[in-house]
Amino acid sequence: MLRADALEAIYPDIAEHVVVTIMGAVAAELYTLGHRHNFFYLEHAMGLASSMGLGIALALPERKVVVVDGDGSLLMNLGTLSTMARYKPGNLLHVVFDNESLLSVGGFPTATATGADLAGVARACGVPRVVEADTPDALAVSVRGALASDTLTTIVSKVEAVGPKSFHMDLPLLENRFQFKRALEQMRAG
Amino acid sequence: MPVSLANSQRIYDALKACDVKIISALPETWLVHLIRMADDDPEMTLVRIAKEEEAIGISAGAHLAGVQSACLMQNHGFLAAINPIVSLALLYKIPLLMLISYRGHMGEKDPWQTMGGLTTEPLLRALNIPIWHLANPDDVARRLKDAQTLANAALHPVAVLLARELMWED
Repeated sequence: MLRADALEAIYPDIAEHVVVTIMGAVAAELYTLGHRHNFFYLEHAMGLASSMGLGIALALPERKVVVVDGDGSLLMNLGTLSTMARYKPGNLLHVVFDNESLLSVGGFPTATATGADLAGVARACGVPRVVEADTPDALAVSVRGALASDTLTTIVSKVEAVGPKSFHMDLPLLENRFQFKRALEQMRAG
Repeated sequence: MPVSLANSQRIYDALKACDVKIISALPETWLVHLIRMADDDPEMTLVRIAKEEEAIGISAGAHLAGVQSACLMQNHGFLAAINPIVSLALLYKIPLLMLISYRGHMGEKDPWQTMGGLTTEPLLRALNIPIWHLANPDDVARRLKDAQTLANAALHPVAVLLARELMWED
């Protein structure tokens, strides 16, 4: 499965929720599908999109928060799975696209290419719902199920190590940051 | 364990007066009472993290969602969190209220703490992070409030260094 197709399949289901993505291909592909002020693209600090999502989920318990993570990022902060599982915010959905590679920096293989099993790690950490979904349709069904479940869910989706031709986004980092904070303020008020 | 309960309570009360609702922490000797107070307080969300980097992400998320937070860490935890302090908090202009137990400084008997003590302030200065020293119990409420006020006005991290004189009763 191509990640771009996977994102397209879940876009209608996540568009109204708080979304935090990692940097690189994921950010550019989601942005290209249609930027919204409730989307935040963490363009550095690898591994921390899930920690940010946890902070938002705890601060805004009445809203759904979707983190779009990757294998390279998650491997840099595996402890995040144990922390998320410890608090189990039911409004947090953690989607991990596993392309078994550090695509944005030369395509070198990550440890998932040699057998590290992120879904298995999530289960072993105590994440209450862990799903593997490797087609766009299966992913969309899993996302809908997770959002309806009010249970912390990690979905791991294997994708091809293919990214967009350009990572350019016409969105300065701070513009995204302030837009996003305003969008969250409106969600809190609404 | 001669960690000052009275001064830990002052710090905790000051954080409550700052409307802090989320505290991320990784246990460390000087912070035991503070962490227990946060854990016992039904109005506080205590997030026990696995590594201090996570605290920077959690506080960034809380800020963007409009909630005041604080990070409790040892200075070696601050050292562990430098990359996200730079590439999340400084890059995206995120205020952070970091309470850092200042191990390895004057009076330290444990040799293994001393290198962290010697490098903490030079690194904070290199990052242009303002520093408040908390050594006097009478300063606690005012300095924590002022540190949070500056962080929120400047959209920038601030460091409150918890000194041995405040935290440890020999």
